[in-house]
Amino acid sequence: MDTEMLNSKAKQLRADIIKMLYLSQSGHPGGSLSCVEILMSLYYKVAKVDPANPSMENRDRIVLSKGHACPALYAVLADKGYFPHEDLWNLRQIDSHLQGHPDMTKTPGVDINTGSLGQGISIALGLAMAAKYKKADYKIYAIVGDGELQEGLVWEASMAAAHYKLDNFTVMLDHNGLQIDGSNDQVMSLGDIMAKYKAFGFECFKVDGHNIDEIVAALNTPVSGKPKFICCETHKGKGVSFMDNNYGWHGKAPNRDEYIMAMKELGVTVNE
Amino acid sequence: MSESKSLRVAYGEALVELGEKNKNVVVMDADLAHATMTGMFQEKYPERFFNMGIAEANMMCAAAGFAHSGLIPFASTFALFGAGRAFEQIRNSISYVNANVKFGLSHSGLCVGEDGGSHQSIEDLALMRVLPGMTIFVPCDPLETKKAVFAAAEINGPVYIRVARPVCDTITTPDTPFIPGKANIMREGKDVAILATGLMIPEALKAADMLAAEGIKAAVVNFHTIKPFDADCVLKMAEQCGAIVTAEEHSIIGGLGSAVAEVLAGNSSAKFARVGIKDKFGKSGKPAELFKAYGLTAENIAEKCKGLL
Repeated sequence: MDTEMLNSKAKQLRADIIKMLYLSQSGHPGGSLSCVEILMSLYYKVAKVDPANPSMENRDRIVLSKGHACPALYAVLADKGYFPHEDLWNLRQIDSHLQGHPDMTKTPGVDINTGSLGQGISIALGLAMAAKYKKADYKIYAIVGDGELQEGLVWEASMAAAHYKLDNFTVMLDHNGLQIDGSNDQVMSLGDIMAKYKAFGFECFKVDGHNIDEIVAALNTPVSGKPKFICCETHKGKGVSFMDNNYGWHGKAPNRDEYIMAMKELGVTVNE
Repeated sequence: MSESKSLRVAYGEALVELGEKNKNVVVMDADLAHATMTGMFQEKYPERFFNMGIAEANMMCAAAGFAHSGLIPFASTFALFGAGRAFEQIRNSISYVNANVKFGLSHSGLCVGEDGGSHQSIEDLALMRVLPGMTIFVPCDPLETKKAVFAAAEINGPVYIRVARPVCDTITTPDTPFIPGKANIMREGKDVAILATGLMIPEALKAADMLAAEGIKAAVVNFHTIKPFDADCVLKMAEQCGAIVTAEEHSIIGGLGSAVAEVLAGNSSAKFARVGIKDKFGKSGKPAELFKAYGLTAENIAEKCKGLL
């Protein structure tokens, strides 16, 4: 897929996200829209995965530690063919396999249950340690949110990743700067994140988190003997003008007017 | 004469033996390998041992990662820091997805003694009991500890093993069955049934001796498994004896006594009393002194039995 096709795919995935949230009338649009390109870089470009064989032994493991952004993950998985596209419209409904937060026991393609912040990166650490122990060559990617960095568990896991020299382990930060109660700086300042991760022993990269080429370049840069950290600078609510960089859209579903407006911006006309 | 041994040493030895037989077993600890005795496994199989540092929450989630990679991790630390501090990690990352993680959590209950209330886990059974799919073993002696470790490895899903610290006499035999979810009747009796677990088993047997001297025939039942719970056995003993006394080295809320009460309520008119720690924290002291101060003694169990007759 070339850059132009990927950008048009990103728009289509964002439209799927908005429609899912509108139909379920609940969920988290802001952080879902901000991590679309991060997920695409993995699922469309870098990660070794097979939608026809979701539990392939040697697949790369992708852990969406910021589990509340799962509408983005579900949109990607459906597009990749892990399950029928129309399943997306049952997000968060009773008997749907698409739970409010990712559930590996229900959804094909979800590698790890997440949603309780901090735990995904820590489970991913265990996956990476186990892969090293088994001398397997698959890689583990953990996508964390910036608000999530306030969880102490993130730093416990990060300390261990460097200690065990996990060069099969990449932490990708969706750095949109906002969380439920406001900006990171208002709620609990994160300080110099790059310096922190460097001090924790990671090889660190900073990229435009909406530029797939840049993310892929960082993902493909080889590291040896240490884990990798990629700070992806993003916009919460990316792609929908009235949600863009607005923390009010962290966990609120659009009403009908907002839905029609958002879909129009994403190139989809909704019949009124 | 049967062998006496600390249950944590029995745990360490069992891990070494299990590790020899099952190459998928790995062991994790949070900087307490010399106290939980996982250090014995580390010495034998250094490549299969992972020290996670003083970071219990991370150890539990990482253990889930090992389990999802086809391995069988045994994660150990003190019971309070495992079941307590890392409760939500165990709940969401392990129990919620039935991850195949085993917990050998030591220094449970008042038997930690001198370390005091901050280190005495008297609520771990309550915390683990509310988790769907969790199996809970409370071994009473070195042999049962070994059986619990081997049984845990055969179960597909999380298993909590409560490992007590003190040196304990061996009171079961190699032939004593250890069937998960099935209580063992250690002594028959028709007047009152003492349902006990872990370190309270020897006290219960002593209490039965004391009662026998007064002509009271007390049954003693070993609930080595707290979950899944042997409700059939509780109802059978209730019908047979008409009086039930539970005994546990745990808060009187949420542990064995509560499990028995949940079975009896609405199903039996048997008289019922509980011996346990009465909604209080522990404190420093020698284990025997603490057991006495908190009523975890044969004398108190016998007293409670007589109170029902």
